[in-house]
Amino acid sequence: MNDELAVRLKAFEGRPAAVAGRGKDPVNAPMIRHWCEAMGDNDPAYTGPDAIAPPTMLQVWTMGGLSGHTGRSGAYDELLGLLDEAGCASVVATDCEQEYLLPLRPGDEVTFDAVIESVSERKTTKLGTGYFVTTRMDVRVGRDLVGTHRFRILKYAPAARNQKNQRNQRNQRNQPNQPNQQTPRRPRPVVNRDNAGFWEGVRQHRLLIQRCTGCGTPRHPWLPGCNGCGSLDWDTVEASGDGTVYSYVVMHHPPFPAFDPPYAVALVELAEGVRMISNIIGVPYDKVRIGMPVRLEFQDCDAELVLPVFRPREAAV
Amino acid sequence: MNPGDELPPLEIPVTRTLIVAGALASRDYQDVHHDAELARQKGSPDVFMNILTTNGLVGRYITDHFGPGAVLHKVTIRLGAPNYPGDTMVLTGTVEEINGRTATVRVVGVNGIGRHVTGTVTVTLPAEDAI
Repeated sequence: MNDELAVRLKAFEGRPAAVAGRGKDPVNAPMIRHWCEAMGDNDPAYTGPDAIAPPTMLQVWTMGGLSGHTGRSGAYDELLGLLDEAGCASVVATDCEQEYLLPLRPGDEVTFDAVIESVSERKTTKLGTGYFVTTRMDVRVGRDLVGTHRFRILKYAPAARNQKNQRNQRNQRNQPNQPNQQTPRRPRPVVNRDNAGFWEGVRQHRLLIQRCTGCGTPRHPWLPGCNGCGSLDWDTVEASGDGTVYSYVVMHHPPFPAFDPPYAVALVELAEGVRMISNIIGVPYDKVRIGMPVRLEFQDCDAELVLPVFRPREAAV
Repeated sequence: MNPGDELPPLEIPVTRTLIVAGALASRDYQDVHHDAELARQKGSPDVFMNILTTNGLVGRYITDHFGPGAVLHKVTIRLGAPNYPGDTMVLTGTVEEINGRTATVRVVGVNGIGRHVTGTVTVTLPAEDAI
């Protein structure tokens, strides 16, 4: 899977996914009854001489079943084939959007056309890495549009099971202070003119809080002006490093490269009165509590990145 | 009925039978919906419910609640945590908007491992429920 593939996949957008497809069976009472049995749906609209099909069956009438699809375009097969070759052989449906314009009744013969609406960038999900493919289908009876159906699938290469254990084993093999080239790096902060001073301070292991020289109000994150008085003049104070957990969340999913969930993300209230978002380290994620006293530390993530983090006071060294 | 009103929840026992019956009734023969061994080879712990069954159950939840005469116009769903055998999915709904006889209901289906489905259904109410 590489950029060349992404470009080739993108080229399928707008091409047909199905042309003049024809339902294998006309809308019929037995299939409606089997569906209602499975769903436990006793709506009287779906039985009797004036029966309509459950609208949510719209896609059912277009399904290929065991004998395969009819009307599927060469482009769609080619797209799926490319993804299969790239290792993305598994498929799971993620989204379905249907609009029902006219009721379907036994005897109606359904035809359909579909277009490949979009192919996503390469995405990493809990299931594995792959591409989302979205199609939009128009379903007709004769010349009447009876419904529209937008469908999104993920074509993916399954992630190895017990990925987390494998990752832990990999980490244990790495000697400390000997960063593995393969280990994904933490995302880089976006440094701009407004916040460059903050990141320069962090690099020197100093947590600098902006302070308005007009009214003395401290502020964080760094901004060009004061929310209190509007003054553009400011200086900095260095944080003492004492704080408390004001609030927190525990991140379980989705996993991102360089992060090892679950982990706690906290809003820490510094002694100086401002709050900042950071990690709580040195304590299991499920032991983090609101009001927990914490102490600032600086974490050297790699040769280029230092981050301010917080450790519970009792556990501080 | 007013925006913000909550629909009574509907509990769906996610049996292996429901998963297979739903897949076959929707003519979906993907092996992950009926063959546990092949599902495992694809990284899933077991077979799981297909999206068409979820769609059908969400539609049933709304028409069951509003009663005979309620007509579905739009069903939009997104799947999250899969429905595996032995789990229970609890569908809940919140009325988001009412426009004449047409209501928009936000539906969430939660199972033992998370949110299986989030979605929105637009439905026309039976005449006797008109406001």
